[in-house]
Formats: sequence, C-alpha cells, structure tokens
Amino acid sequence: MEKKYMVLTFAEYEEGLRNGKLLGLRCGSCKKITCHPMPVCQWCGGRSLERMELSGEGELTTFTVIRVPAEGFEDDAPYIPCLVKTREGPCVIGRLDYDAEQATQELIGKRVRMNGSYTYKGDKYSGGAHTCPVFEVAE
Amino acid sequence: MRDVAIIGIGHTKFGRASNTLLELFSEAALQAIDDAGVDLKDIGAIFQGAALPGFEEGQVTPPGFSAAELNLSPIPATRYEGACASASIAIREAAMWVASGEYDVVLAGGVEKALSMGTLYATRTFAMACHAPTEGPVGLTFPGVFAMAARQYSKNYGISIDKLREKMAHVSIKNHRHGALNPLAQFYNKLGDLKVEDVINSRLVADPLTLLDCCPFSDGAAAIVLCSAEEARKYTDDPVYILGTGQGSGGPLSKMEDLTKPVSRISSARMAFKRAGLVPSDIEVLELHDCFTIAELIALESMGFFGWGEAADATVEGLTDLGGKIPVNMSGGLIGKGHPIGATGASQVYWLVKQMRGEAPKGIQINPVPEYGMTDTLGGDLGTLCHIILGRTKK
Repeated sequence: MEKKYMVLTFAEYEEGLRNGKLLGLRCGSCKKITCHPMPVCQWCGGRSLERMELSGEGELTTFTVIRVPAEGFEDDAPYIPCLVKTREGPCVIGRLDYDAEQATQELIGKRVRMNGSYTYKGDKYSGGAHTCPVFEVAE
Repeated sequence: MRDVAIIGIGHTKFGRASNTLLELFSEAALQAIDDAGVDLKDIGAIFQGAALPGFEEGQVTPPGFSAAELNLSPIPATRYEGACASASIAIREAAMWVASGEYDVVLAGGVEKALSMGTLYATRTFAMACHAPTEGPVGLTFPGVFAMAARQYSKNYGISIDKLREKMAHVSIKNHRHGALNPLAQFYNKLGDLKVEDVINSRLVADPLTLLDCCPFSDGAAAIVLCSAEEARKYTDDPVYILGTGQGSGGPLSKMEDLTKPVSRISSARMAFKRAGLVPSDIEVLELHDCFTIAELIALESMGFFGWGEAADATVEGLTDLGGKIPVNMSGGLIGKGHPIGATGASQVYWLVKQMRGEAPKGIQINPVPEYGMTDTLGGDLGTLCHIILGRTKK
C-alpha cells in the first residue's frame, strides 16, 4: 500500500474551518496535539499521527488592529489578527470578531472560542482562496 | 577552513532610486571593488541578496545579469533569499566559500527597490514572507507581526501599553538622530530631533505601532569584497575580519512559544558568538534589525545584551547610544537609514567596517574605534535570522 505522508492536508483543515470545525492531529508518541496540521508532530517530530477535532476554545495571547492593510485587504481594515492558545495546547492564528475601536490590552488572557471562519478570496499570488478561524470573546 | 577578511565596501544612497536594480547593485559592487583595489577579473563568484526583484521589476535571477553587467560572465553568481536577511545570508555563504578555499576573492551584497512599489503593493509583497497558508488569509502585515509582539512584551513585563509606547519611541528618536547625520541615509538631515510625542502621535499603522515606530520602504544596494585573511594585507591596511557567523530558522508565528523570545534569533546569535569565541560584553558596536522600535528591544534581549524585559528601560537611559554600554545602530539603523530589504545585511556590514576604520560620518563615529562589532538581521516574521561578528584583528 502507498504510504500516506499527509494525514490531514491543509485543504482538509481549511474545509473543516469552513464547516465550523477546528481539526488537528494527535501524536501517537507524545500524545500532544498539532494544529494547524503538519506532516510530523509539532512538539516531538513524531510521525504516528491521527486526526482529531479541537474544542475551538482557548485563551487570547496577543492581537493587533491593522490600520494600514496589504493590497487586497483594503475593505477589511480595521481588522484584528490574533493568536489563540487552544485548550488542547497548540496556538493558532486567526481573526478576532470584536469592535476594533474597543480592542485594548485587557483582551489579552481572555477566554475565546471559534465562532466561524474567514475566507480571503485570494489574489494572483495566493494560489486561490484561503481560510482562517475566527474567534469571539467567551467571557 | 581559512580565515576571511573584508577588504572593500560599497553603498548607494538609500531612498528612492531611478536606476534599475541591476544598476544599483553594480554601483555598490564597483565602489566595493575600487575600495578593495582589486581588478574585476579577480572576482571569483557573486553572492547576491535580493528578496522581491520579481515583484519590483519583473526580474527573476538578477545575479547572472549582474555578473554580465560587470563583464564577469561566466563566473558563478547566485541569489540568496531570506527576505530582509537576504544579504546577510549571502555574505555568510560567501565567507564559507572563501574559507573553504574554493574562491580567493568574491563579491557579496544585496539590492532592493521596495519604495518604488508603493505602500499597498509593497505591504502585500512583504507579507509574502509571513506563513502564507495560515497568516495569509488573516491579512497579517509586518507591522502587525511586531505589533502583536509589542502587546506580548507589555503583558510579559507588566508595562502598560501607553508606557511601552513612550519607551519604544526612544528607539525611533535615537535611530532617526543617527540617520539624520548619515549622508547615505534615506532620512539624512531629516527627523533628527524627534520628541516622544511625535512618535506616539504619528499615524497608527498596526496598533500600538505608529508610522514613526516603523522603518520605511527603500531602494538601495550595498556590497562588499571578501578574500582570504592571509591575502588581505596585499590589498588594504585596514582589513576587517569575519570572526563568526550564525544562522537560524523560525516558522509560523502560531508555532512560536513567545514572539518576544524568538528561538531562531537566540540560536543564531549563540552560534555566531561561539564561532567567534566572544561574548556580548566583547562587542563594542551593533548594527541590528530595527524594522520596528519593538524589534530593537527584542533583538537586544535575544542576543544577550540585556536581560529579558530590560532593553526598554536601557534604551530610555541611553545605554544603547553613543557613550552607553553598547552603541546600537549608529548608522541610523533600518528606521533612520532606510531598509532596502535585500541589501540591508550588507549595509549593516558596510557601516560596521566604516566604524572599525574610523570613517563613520561626523557625530556617529564611536571613539575609540571599535575592535569588535556585530550585525543582526531578521528575515520574514522571525523566519530567517543571521548574525555576523567582525573584528579588526584575526582570532
């Protein structure tokens, strides 16, 4: 049988996001969770991985409000990229669904949960449309 | 492996250039070749940093054409791409090849025409050095990356955002003051007398970073000539030796434990110190990657010049200025001098060599002339790091 090197492809991960699911991989060696998917465990490099679904819950570790966007994102600004440490361990990057004018440092450390996804239609450089998770403050 | 020396340096005016990429590189290259006193025909290979030439001029594989412009065909000419660290990794590779004995005299440097792209398009192309699959759809920009790092710095050390913005402003004030004294800087004779309020009240780019927390987009080129150390004095009375180099790789931001403590930078700096047999307290001048004010603080701490969370106050107290513990970015750095990304690493080396020859412009020359200097160059969102340690004497 042909060996399968990608247990969860990035396209499958993005499809999961669009269906409201945060998909990841559980390592058979260290039992930790990898998300977004990689070909090996992000913690120990282990190669025995199986698919799993994360809760989508976590803690906001940092964010910013983009005022000067890149070409292609002019209509989105201001918007809020954020990093979230998931309950299961790995961090993921996404957008925060929050009023940009009210976004202050107090947001850091707040509990958040995934409440959807954002799909950027893509430009001539991006290899098509791509999707990231969107989080909301859960407290 | 042989020891390696820098025997010639060249540097175009940074800012907006009407010349082509190839002309910019040739200008810096010929300055370096003239400065070294070598013949063109002595050059054995070209190592060229260039991050985005395809997007700037539709020019992929510029080094072959640079070789042709200098009538050096068919010598090997290779492009090195590590985003903003492109020229540093080109110089590191050049030093390795000379050390190996494969070449005796080589040309290394870098070139970029980022200002000519305009802000929207340049911001898009710079963001290509983010992790495209995860950070692309988020719409992350480079100021955005370091804005997130600034918020983490604020959280880690219990410094309020307002206080941190004041402290970060001192990096911009210092580097612009230096840049205003540097005739090759983009902001020569400009912005040399900024106040904290000027920086924190300028336009917000990515909260909490303002325009004056950011380096500009720039056009420019810089180049150096390297040769084996034993041959160096044949060409110059003032060779500067490459004592050690380091390089490190990062990854997507989401896989980093803490944006303010990048493992790629810590590992690269340690590698360079180990190779040079030196420690941070030996270094007397630093040209480091201040793409944003917060980036200078993170770099100083990651390289071991200050403890975690201590670089902000050290900067406010003047410890990173002339006469302080470690003068940083006397050239103006990326903020004051400009940041033609593929050329920046070579520019940093150029200004260290100027310092070590005692040839830096009036007002920014360290006295006495420094014995050891170090560069720090960051490519992408901490994806490619490179450090180069230079000295006036061989190990």
